[in-house]
Amino acid sequence: MREFSDEELERYSRHIILEDIGIEGQEKIAQAKVLIIGAGGLGSPVALYLAAAGIGEIGIVDGDVVDLSNLQRQVIHSTKDIGVAKVQSAKEKMEAINPNIHITVYQKFLDASNILDIVKQYDFVIDGTDNFAAKFLINDACVLANIPYSHGGILRFGGQTMSIRPHESACYACVFDAPPPTNAVPTCSSAGILGAVAGMLGTIQATEALKYITGAGEPLFNKLLSFDAKSMQFRTINFKKNPKCRVCGEQGITQIKDYEAVTCEAKL
Amino acid sequence: MKVLINGETKEFQDNINLLELLKVEDVAQPDMVSVQLNDTFVTKDDYSSIVLKEGDTINFLYFMGGGA
Ligand SMILES: [Zn+2]
Repeated sequence: MREFSDEELERYSRHIILEDIGIEGQEKIAQAKVLIIGAGGLGSPVALYLAAAGIGEIGIVDGDVVDLSNLQRQVIHSTKDIGVAKVQSAKEKMEAINPNIHITVYQKFLDASNILDIVKQYDFVIDGTDNFAAKFLINDACVLANIPYSHGGILRFGGQTMSIRPHESACYACVFDAPPPTNAVPTCSSAGILGAVAGMLGTIQATEALKYITGAGEPLFNKLLSFDAKSMQFRTINFKKNPKCRVCGEQGITQIKDYEAVTCEAKL
Repeated sequence: MKVLINGETKEFQDNINLLELLKVEDVAQPDMVSVQLNDTFVTKDDYSSIVLKEGDTINFLYFMGGGA
């Protein structure tokens, strides 16, 4: 176990006094390794809160640079960061919040050739990506590598999230099977997103990571939480692992492959 | 016939199948929804052959692909 300094004991005091976390929980947080895929609308709040919480090792993946149109919701980046790699911009802010943690940046996009090697090094993964090809790729990789993760998706005024413990709880493909046909998909640039909605969902994902790591409460396993911010209605749908699931079922996948990419920039 | 759709009880004509239900319920893009019937996910190919019964519970789970 790790000895906390006086500075850390003070910094994390509001966690430590929580009955469900305590000093043991904070030690688990300090020893945890979390990978955040995407430093955008969802990844920004996740990265800020996990850094502040004191996750000992955080990996952050994104191949993009900060663009002016990102700043309406990607709250980890500032106006002065336009043109800077998102992972660098994110790392700077996270280190400014908490110098006690270690951050590894991956300035790239993940695909079938690199995802497994990266995902394997972590205890928990956050899906903060913006397209179905990446979301299904992350699900495949986490199922194959047996790494729990949080799925997140947002659209306009809505969001949804589920947490996945591979082979024990339902995976993303148990619920959604495969990416929808490309002509049916509204992309973020064509569909829009209320910036604060990204924050709502991202903070739920950060909370799920911290719950999983500390064992506090019950993560959203076998549950899809969805909300509509216009009516501010939240709904939880329960389900079970599908034994015939294309990915995690009895005849599930044994290899990683790329899905057809429809990015936010795709013309639709 | 009463069925529970997305947590709301609604009245439908007897013998309606899932494909017809999607139309009546104004699901504009059936490709963008995953359908759960009484805790089981239904494959798209089966929509027209599955006839609803009184008391069925149906959830439409929409694909949401954004995040950045
Ligand atoms: Zn599955």
